[in-house]
Amino acid sequence: MAKVVAVTGNEAVAEALRQVNPDVSSAYPITPATDIMQRFTSFVSNGKVKTEMILVESEHSAMSGCIGASAAGGRVMTATSSQGLALMWEELFIASGTRLPIVMALVNRALSAPLNIHGDHSDGMGARDCGWIQLWSENAQEAYDNTIQAFRIAEHLDIRLPAMVCLDGFIISHSIERIEYMEDDKVQNFVGEFKNLNPLLDLDHPVSYGPLILPDYYMEYRRAHAEVMSKVPNIVLDVASEFEKISGRKYGLFEAYRLEDAEIGIVILNSAAGTTKDVIDLFREKGIKAGLLKPRLYRPFPYEEIGNALKHLKAVCVLDRADAFGGSYGPLFIDIAASLYPHKNGPVLFNKIYGLGGRDYLPEHAELVLNELAEVAKTGKVKTIKEYIAVRE
Amino acid sequence: MATTPLTLKELSKKEGLLTSGHRMCAGCGAPIVVKMVLLAAEGPIVAANATGCLEVSTCISDYTAWKIPWIHNAFENAAATLSGVETMYRSLKKQGKISKDIKFIAFGGDGGTYDIGFQSLSGAMERGHDMLYICYDNGAYMNTGIQRSSATPFGADTTTCPAGSVIPGKTQQRKNLTKIMAAHDIPYAAQASPSHWMDLVKKVKKALSIEGPKFMNILSPCNRGWRSRTDDAITLSRLGVETCYWPLYEIENGVTKVTFKPKEKKPLVDFLKPQGRFKHLFAPENEWMLKKFQEAVDKEWESLLKASGNEQP
Amino acid sequence: MKLKGWKKVTPGAVCTVAGSALEFKTGSWRAFRPRWIEENCIQCLFCWMYCPDMAVNVKDGKMVGFNYDYCKGCGICALECPGKKGKKAIVMEEEGK
Repeated sequence: MAKVVAVTGNEAVAEALRQVNPDVSSAYPITPATDIMQRFTSFVSNGKVKTEMILVESEHSAMSGCIGASAAGGRVMTATSSQGLALMWEELFIASGTRLPIVMALVNRALSAPLNIHGDHSDGMGARDCGWIQLWSENAQEAYDNTIQAFRIAEHLDIRLPAMVCLDGFIISHSIERIEYMEDDKVQNFVGEFKNLNPLLDLDHPVSYGPLILPDYYMEYRRAHAEVMSKVPNIVLDVASEFEKISGRKYGLFEAYRLEDAEIGIVILNSAAGTTKDVIDLFREKGIKAGLLKPRLYRPFPYEEIGNALKHLKAVCVLDRADAFGGSYGPLFIDIAASLYPHKNGPVLFNKIYGLGGRDYLPEHAELVLNELAEVAKTGKVKTIKEYIAVRE
Repeated sequence: MATTPLTLKELSKKEGLLTSGHRMCAGCGAPIVVKMVLLAAEGPIVAANATGCLEVSTCISDYTAWKIPWIHNAFENAAATLSGVETMYRSLKKQGKISKDIKFIAFGGDGGTYDIGFQSLSGAMERGHDMLYICYDNGAYMNTGIQRSSATPFGADTTTCPAGSVIPGKTQQRKNLTKIMAAHDIPYAAQASPSHWMDLVKKVKKALSIEGPKFMNILSPCNRGWRSRTDDAITLSRLGVETCYWPLYEIENGVTKVTFKPKEKKPLVDFLKPQGRFKHLFAPENEWMLKKFQEAVDKEWESLLKASGNEQP
Repeated sequence: MKLKGWKKVTPGAVCTVAGSALEFKTGSWRAFRPRWIEENCIQCLFCWMYCPDMAVNVKDGKMVGFNYDYCKGCGICALECPGKKGKKAIVMEEEGK
């Protein structure tokens, strides 16, 4: 029987990791992800998992250790946030380019400077094009479920790519919610035995990892990586449907909330989607046809599917919890605009930047945006394509 | 496991684990060092390599010169990467998925070891991973074109500390990495030179017989960077030892032992003279540098002799 | 080696053939060529141990010649060769002469 518990997001991720029981973890503490590894190391110290820990001296070494361990041949995971992810930067590309199925919980946090430990998406967005799979999670339940599914997706023999599971720092990582845990054996059966591909520790077939690739081949490797990325969405859906069978919880590439007959819509990631859905319900009660789209598989971004899901709307506002400096618009907005590019009569788009560095996102903010959307839908005109909300002038 | 007697005749019957066809420069010291290290090993070896000359020249596209499992990750993290490999090995061994005993060796140049990879190395040693880290020290960032490193000797002319009319080459002494590694209280740290192959092979054998973190610093001449001849890698490394520029010693469980004492300590200039990177030191106005360099070498040698209870009368 | 298309490259660029560098011949780099003079050879095997290119052929513990497919002509073997009675067993000669 599934167990209903009241836990924090970090606790839920740590529990998923305990149930998956990886062979090796290499990690370095950073707020707000620290708690995941604190909990996990207590599982290690108390013999609840077989995992060998490497308690490294930096995040760069954390990911380097994960890469070594994964190449050696086994199941590997870690967790980080913000500056930690930034310090791993170089290694993120090496992990994906080497096609190593490392799973990492990314507890989203703002990037310095100025120093700030609270939740926003700058870290994950900065790493969105590093060749990893990214699954984003609205709440503790999704973080738990995504963590379990991430192993299956990353380790799939047609994929073999590292995967990040993103959850909002503090808002989710440190808030207690009611969620359902699955039984250990169910999770273990679902994840299955780790399958090796060219393991370094196979002495009978000595391999060399990490060659120098010159202009005669570099592009072929990149093209092959792009091809593998294109296979990810189908695997994500297959894994989700299997997961639904054992959990009863349904996942797709994104969540479409009251979107089918909607005229206006908000696109938003992670925890703020929950608040927004409540406000959308209020607008629906008033007879305003509002809906929401919350991407789950953010990398690779399912452009076609999301374009099709939004194309019938009159106006869409994309809310970004990160800015893309110099890119003019928030990162999510850029992706949404690209996904609607093939649809000539698609919705009018605008972009709001919200919640940076842990700034509260409140129902009144969603309300403001929805009112503006209703107006834009009527007039077809946008005053400002991009602006910050809940910021002091 | 039968051990190979320490004669070149017997060693030459062993399978070479680094093959021909690598693209190191003609006369490079690094492949000689690697060859000797691998010849010393008796059982299975898994190696990691920091980015650098050795790495880019031994594994290019489909061409790998390694006959053993080998991994290159990046410049600054050979030790952290190998920590991961070694930890997975321990995990799988505990689970009964691997039965064989494997030894782990990391190779890094002085850039990847003294400088950018220092933190990763220090961490791996502190954590006690069962690995031997080998630094092939050629005294500069040779792979990127002879830039100064913290291993670059005092006075040397490099492309980032060029000997000019105002600044006469590198103005600092080398970082004493071997002693710094020994200060991690690891069970074994040593210095070796390919000129003294038996000393080198014995040290590697000893290191591999000890469980836990080990460090060896091996002099590795680079004729491009040292501005010397392509045929003098062994001669120069021998002079490095005989002038006590590169003392051969080991620190085992805190006990220092000088493993080679030249019958007659040669003047440092014998080592410096054949190298173009020190040419400017022989100009009259730079005489003070030669003196200063010699004093530093003497001081280190005397401290080693003292530490090994081997003081000269 | 024929260049492969992107569908044929190994996942993660892993080299799966150990020692495949043997297919890459470095002998063409040579400007000077070592010549072995057997009668001066005392079989010390220094040439074998000090060769950076593993290009000294040894059979049953004895030096039997050079592998010119790989020898880059650095000359370490000739310099380190002790020879016999002051006569070198390895001499370097200019290529093409």
